Amino acid sequence: MRAFSILMDRLTYTNGRNMKLSLIADYLRDTPDPDRGWALAALTDALDFPAVKSSTVRKLLTERVDPVLYALSRDYVGDTAETASLLWPAPDAQDMPPDALSVADTVVMLRSMTRATVMTELPPLLDRLDANERYALIKLATGAMRIGISARLAKVAFAQAFDVSVDAVEEYWHGQEPPYAELFAWAADGAEPPRTDLLPLFRPFMLAHPLEEAEVDMGEYVAEWKWDGIRVQIVHVNGVTRVYSRSGDDISATFPEIAGVLPFPAVLDGELLVRGTHQGGEEGGAASFNALQQRLGRKTVSKKMLREAPAFVRLYDVLLLDGEDLRECAWEDRRARLEAMMHRLDPERFDLSQIIPADDFASLTAIREKARDDAIEGVMLKRRTSPYVAGRRTGLWYKWKRDPLLIDCVLMYAQRGSGKRSSFFSDFTFGCWNGDPDKDGELLPVGKAYFGFTDEELKLLDRHVRAHTVNRFGPVRETDKSLVLEIAFDSVHDSKRHKSGLAMRFPRIHRIRTDKPAHEADRIETLREMVRD
Amino acid sequence: MPAALPTSVSNAEPARPFGWIRAEPWGIHVVPCDAWVDPAREVATALVTHGHADHARGGHGRVFATPETLAIMQLRYGVGDDGGGEGVPVPLREPVDLGCGVTATYFPAGHVLGSAQILLEHRGERVVVTGDYKRRPDPTCELFEVVPCDIFITEATFGLPVFTHPPIGGEIAKLRDALAANPERCVALGAYALGKAQRVIAELRAAGHDDPIYLHGALEKMCALYEDHGVNLGELRPATGAKKDAMRGAIVVCPPAALNDRWSRRLPDPITAMASGWMRVRQRARQRNVELPLIISDHADWNELTATITEVNPRESWITHGREEALLRWCQLHQRRARALAMVGYEDEDD
Repeated sequence: MRAFSILMDRLTYTNGRNMKLSLIADYLRDTPDPDRGWALAALTDALDFPAVKSSTVRKLLTERVDPVLYALSRDYVGDTAETASLLWPAPDAQDMPPDALSVADTVVMLRSMTRATVMTELPPLLDRLDANERYALIKLATGAMRIGISARLAKVAFAQAFDVSVDAVEEYWHGQEPPYAELFAWAADGAEPPRTDLLPLFRPFMLAHPLEEAEVDMGEYVAEWKWDGIRVQIVHVNGVTRVYSRSGDDISATFPEIAGVLPFPAVLDGELLVRGTHQGGEEGGAASFNALQQRLGRKTVSKKMLREAPAFVRLYDVLLLDGEDLRECAWEDRRARLEAMMHRLDPERFDLSQIIPADDFASLTAIREKARDDAIEGVMLKRRTSPYVAGRRTGLWYKWKRDPLLIDCVLMYAQRGSGKRSSFFSDFTFGCWNGDPDKDGELLPVGKAYFGFTDEELKLLDRHVRAHTVNRFGPVRETDKSLVLEIAFDSVHDSKRHKSGLAMRFPRIHRIRTDKPAHEADRIETLREMVRD
Repeated sequence: MPAALPTSVSNAEPARPFGWIRAEPWGIHVVPCDAWVDPAREVATALVTHGHADHARGGHGRVFATPETLAIMQLRYGVGDDGGGEGVPVPLREPVDLGCGVTATYFPAGHVLGSAQILLEHRGERVVVTGDYKRRPDPTCELFEVVPCDIFITEATFGLPVFTHPPIGGEIAKLRDALAANPERCVALGAYALGKAQRVIAELRAAGHDDPIYLHGALEKMCALYEDHGVNLGELRPATGAKKDAMRGAIVVCPPAALNDRWSRRLPDPITAMASGWMRVRQRARQRNVELPLIISDHADWNELTATITEVNPRESWITHGREEALLRWCQLHQRRARALAMVGYEDEDD
């Protein structure tokens, strides 16, 4: 437990992603099986010990420490596990052999505990540990690590530790149970990778690079619309269907109408959308992202919701079909298989992402110009010969978003960043004028941004905030509202959550307009006119 | 003009036990001689335990304190300079007659250079005011002495059982390990300008760290004062004007507030460290954006507080500035008479 508790402490105090990665990678390399597997499971919240609850720990403690002193301490510390780790009356740390207890031993003991035995079996375990180890154990047992390690970060660290590709890790990870013996055998010892063909597993998505200033040859590439929904993967194996999101989360329960209607073994890639006419009109047949958002994050879905906002998937690609892995095939061949397969699917729930007919780049450019009127996010360019490879690979797929919208706002509030940016005011809230700025018009906040600027611009912004602060609300500085910022954003939508009634997507600071007086910044009506809902 | 000390016991003074000592929100009042211990207001006669700003203030008529504390107060508030009030040096363990039958004797408190507890005696009754104290050895000041008394007025900054400070050796080792593991970075160590900074530097020297240590400008004068009083701090260099590359692999000591301030941008990729008893609690360390928390305190931890009350074994304990409730509860549980004083103006220092 000692090595694991040290890892946990270091992760707690480390802000940088790269530092976190190397801490986890070092631990995974240096720690033997099965401890490292259990630790990995603990970090990614994959462990559950139903008998050990936070209330169990509290009860044990108040049997040993005066309840008033416990309550005062708990109030101050703000965390039961940490309070307990510090207050637990244990033998001196020096009397204990170092790392007497492995993570695996601990897991075995925690697993064997029941509600009936936990009150007698947990104390001797806590007695064998020092304060930091007790903290790690209680956090591990009660399943509330909260040290900012996402499953993705853990996978990247795993890949880094054993110098394997993160896409392979992503693929083999699914379906593996802690302590992931097969996964470590493969990555660390060069054994055969775990079998993945018998389970409804997530395959990492193929992603696109932004098309910067370049042009592509439309003889080599095809164009499709870039629909604004959520990218999903639908997997059917052995009679089981799963719907996965971009990050590999299983969202089958949120979209039962999709999960229920793929009747044959396949892995499909597409955009999940809600029926409507917002994107691309009648022909486009898809509602705005806002409509889809109402359906996200729900564990159960009402009948009303299914009726009012029915979801469907616009298919982009096919990865596996009837037991055959098509990922190595050229895009053209996969597309042919996809088209040939469409008649086997319910047209209510699946349609095909259409190819944009464009003979050359100039005509595609002209078609794309119209995209904003049709409220479409942009176009995708796919190389006709490209295999389906995980992640972003140059030269294969490009996304060509429509140009951003621009509006001039006034800086209103600023807050410090974190990590490397902790000495800078780098989170900015800006507003537009509500009414005539020369009469009694006032600024209403319309968005918040913390990127888009260069390091030099950040220094300028930071200096501005310090020199123009008129009020402080805790960590927030209110400025004298004298600086105009040109904000770039992808789209703007009606929102009940904000006082301005508007919410921007992907706002970023495009330019600092020191040349422009604040009263010349845009009015809220200007922004409202850009809404395409 | 400082008021003259009264020369005889006032007839109006009631004779009830300990009626001559009163705890007011702005200080401990020694009534017969109208003197105040660590007053938060300007008074004619102040008895000052140590130089920290929440105990020692400028503007008093006359200040009784150890020579070291007076030197610190001169540096900070001009005490002893023209118009800065008169400083009366009080050597340790030598009783001073304050008039009207009150004597004061200063004993080491082990908190910072010059820190003292004050024993006040009147009509055979003994009251000790600890100021701030710790029980552990500290190369920059004398060790705390147990002084038997009737009323023990104790601080309680870390008066919660979660606060147990580990031995300082392990914390210094953590600091040196971090430095060795990151030769391209520096460690920016936030430490209270009076006491903590010098203690950590002295402990680093004792552990064999002979490299130059860089100082924030706010620490330079205090470090020089410590050296003048015989505390050897080794080679110190100003961080202001130093080249970024020169500070790679070095320790840079600064006041805690400078860690997340613009000042820190001059440092080469600093590992932010903080030496404070509050670092025991993870959330406190996270709030301060600290990467390397070092649990180093100049205050007594919970075990030291309770052990000291047991050793001093007073008839009654008065508990001030800190987490009084928990220590009060401990006294109840151990059948000891105690009361909490509602003092104002004493901060959660030690950071």
